[in-house]
Amino acid sequence: MKYVFETVLVGVTAFLVLLGAAFSNDPLFASHMWIIFAVLFSSTVLLLRRIQFSFVLEDRSQYFDEVVRYGTVATVFWGVIGFLIGVVVAAQLAFPDLNIEPWFNFGRMRPLHTSAVVFAFGGNALIATSLYVVQRTTRARLWGGNLAWFVFWGYQLFIVMAATGYLLGITQGREYAEPEWYVDLWLTVVWVAYLFVYMGTLLNRKESHIYVANWFYLSFILTIAMLHLVNNLAVPVSFLGVKSYSAFAGVQDALTQWWYGHNAVGFFLTAGFLGMMYYFIPKQAGRPVYSYRLSIIHFWALIFLYIWAGPHHLHYTALPDWAQTLGMVFSIVLWMPSWGGMINGLMTLSGAWDKIRTDPIIRMMVIAVAFYGMSTFEGPMMSIKAVNSLSHYTDWTIGHVHSGALGWVGMISFGAIYFLVPKLWNRDRLYSLRMVNWHFWLATLGIVVYAAVMWVAGIQQGLMWREYNEQGFLVYSFAESVAAMKPYFILRTIGGLMYLAGAIIMAFNVVMTILGHEREESQIPGSEAALVPAE
Amino acid sequence: MSILDKHGVIERNATLLMVASLVVVTIGGIVEIAPLFYLENTIEKVDGMRPYTPLELAGRDIYVREGCYVCHSQMIRPFRDEVERYGHYSLAAESMYDHPFQWGSKRTGPDLARVGARYSNEWHVDHLVEPRSVVPESVMPSYAFLKEVRLSMDMAAHLKANAAVGVPYNEDMISSAAADLAAQADPDADTSGLEERYPKVQVADFDGNPGAVTEMDALVAYLQMLGTLVDFSTYDEASGYR
Repeated sequence: MKYVFETVLVGVTAFLVLLGAAFSNDPLFASHMWIIFAVLFSSTVLLLRRIQFSFVLEDRSQYFDEVVRYGTVATVFWGVIGFLIGVVVAAQLAFPDLNIEPWFNFGRMRPLHTSAVVFAFGGNALIATSLYVVQRTTRARLWGGNLAWFVFWGYQLFIVMAATGYLLGITQGREYAEPEWYVDLWLTVVWVAYLFVYMGTLLNRKESHIYVANWFYLSFILTIAMLHLVNNLAVPVSFLGVKSYSAFAGVQDALTQWWYGHNAVGFFLTAGFLGMMYYFIPKQAGRPVYSYRLSIIHFWALIFLYIWAGPHHLHYTALPDWAQTLGMVFSIVLWMPSWGGMINGLMTLSGAWDKIRTDPIIRMMVIAVAFYGMSTFEGPMMSIKAVNSLSHYTDWTIGHVHSGALGWVGMISFGAIYFLVPKLWNRDRLYSLRMVNWHFWLATLGIVVYAAVMWVAGIQQGLMWREYNEQGFLVYSFAESVAAMKPYFILRTIGGLMYLAGAIIMAFNVVMTILGHEREESQIPGSEAALVPAE
Repeated sequence: MSILDKHGVIERNATLLMVASLVVVTIGGIVEIAPLFYLENTIEKVDGMRPYTPLELAGRDIYVREGCYVCHSQMIRPFRDEVERYGHYSLAAESMYDHPFQWGSKRTGPDLARVGARYSNEWHVDHLVEPRSVVPESVMPSYAFLKEVRLSMDMAAHLKANAAVGVPYNEDMISSAAADLAAQADPDADTSGLEERYPKVQVADFDGNPGAVTEMDALVAYLQMLGTLVDFSTYDEASGYR
């Protein structure tokens, strides 16, 4: 029998979780444990029956790609879920009657949306691509055998625990670090295993140089471990209860949290995805990286500077001024390595610019890098205290986050998925290239609608809050600024719907490719020069 | 460009690459965060701050649980419009017992740092049950279920956990936590001990239901104390500047 040890391990863990549910005095903890027990129990049954999914192939190459296949499917799946929840929460803001108390109120749904997109979609994209890239660039099989499976399934369990916890009301109340102490501990175990798999493979490499994509992936894994450990230091009220109290308070807690929060953006959503950019753009374009020296400067400058930028989330708060100013200065300096990286990505296409016209996958990757450039200009600008005094607390920030998350993170991941799926399943090509084109335009227009609407909404909010009349009185009540947002909130929902529609098309395209279908379709106009018979 | 040529050493040594990246990413955090723990002027000297009463702490836990911070800030910035709209700008001292801090990052709803004592308890209950009955423009969800849930937290354990992370709850406060919680929600109770332990505490049947101490009692008690503790008549603005 295969996987005896794994089956026993999952079964025993399920039993321990059941004990946790039975002996807890905290009803929330008990409910959460019942859910986790149900998940682990079904996993045990699945393992016992050794169910094979039809999309699993035997690895023909020397590489361990089965886990990458699972990761790719999980990325598509969580992407659709995360975008769907995004559309729902956007609609809840426009139409508050869509809130269903207590489990589906906005306050519990928004962390569900952010975590689903950042950690479930983004995290799976990073794990899958990093494990693919590290094998290809080191010419070594993943280190640790089945440890990579533990990383994959352990991470999915983390996602399920976090997501069900949010809906039950289990949260630390720290943005992007909402999971409670026991979920954090589990993620720590999984993450250390991930680091072992990654470092082990690097150390086993058959290639003397470590390729630049791996520098970024490695710094992402390391830094996230550091941030996660420090920011989640807390004392639980009981070992059989959900609640914990953060080790830090007030101003120190705020800066620790935004040191974490900003670098979740910097390392999870930037460094990791830059690793993706440095591998998949040269591959898809068939061109080497533009500048090797620029990539060295890009890497060290980016990881050094990013860490300092956290305090710009706390401008004009009770955080001491010296820390705010330091955060602002480093945020502005950060603009340079960010654009250095953008230039390195874009210029990789030199000599192959026609591919933007002929290859919708390259087009997706290029627009991703363009949005990266846009967001990394907007970010430093918003970190200037004078600008921040207007933009902070408004929907401008939300728009900024989405141009980065949808435009950069989303698009580069879609490009990588379209690159990977035919290769991983040994298909000649994708099911449909025209659908990629549809996905590209729906997603791009969706982001443009979303970001533009949020700019207008945010600036209007900020201006309404500070508007004085000639007698020196505030012109608007807060409630009037809420009412003024309604049309923008509706438009934003429409932008999100377009983006979601694109992702659903991608999911269909990916499934059909995996099943081995090829859609008969005419060429995309202009994609290939028609052969003209000699005269 | 010779220094860049030497980079090949790092590219050929995975352990060196790992150690070097780790060192580079730790510097910023150490320089920015560590001084906040030892620079004495990080938190202003004020009169009036005290730890939360057991009922307020329970309410704060509900505030965190429901994710109120995703739409409401608790941090008034030192601008004319914010000070006129919400009250005196927030001090670091006012969140010195907050584990975790709840300054927030978004104002879909208004700032709550000084919402305490601005509205009646009845207004808060009506607003939480059906927000649009009192603020027609509101997009806030309904929290009517809080009225139905009896408070069942072991507050002594919560106070102990807070004491472990540095909140000055003493033995007396911990041992009388359950009694203090009940007393604060009951206008007829003997509250002398409670008021001695927690100056400026507001005692009321917050949810209008004398039969039970509910989550609504706790949340309204928390909202009603927000921003009311510091005595600004004795606050020296110049010495608080950092």
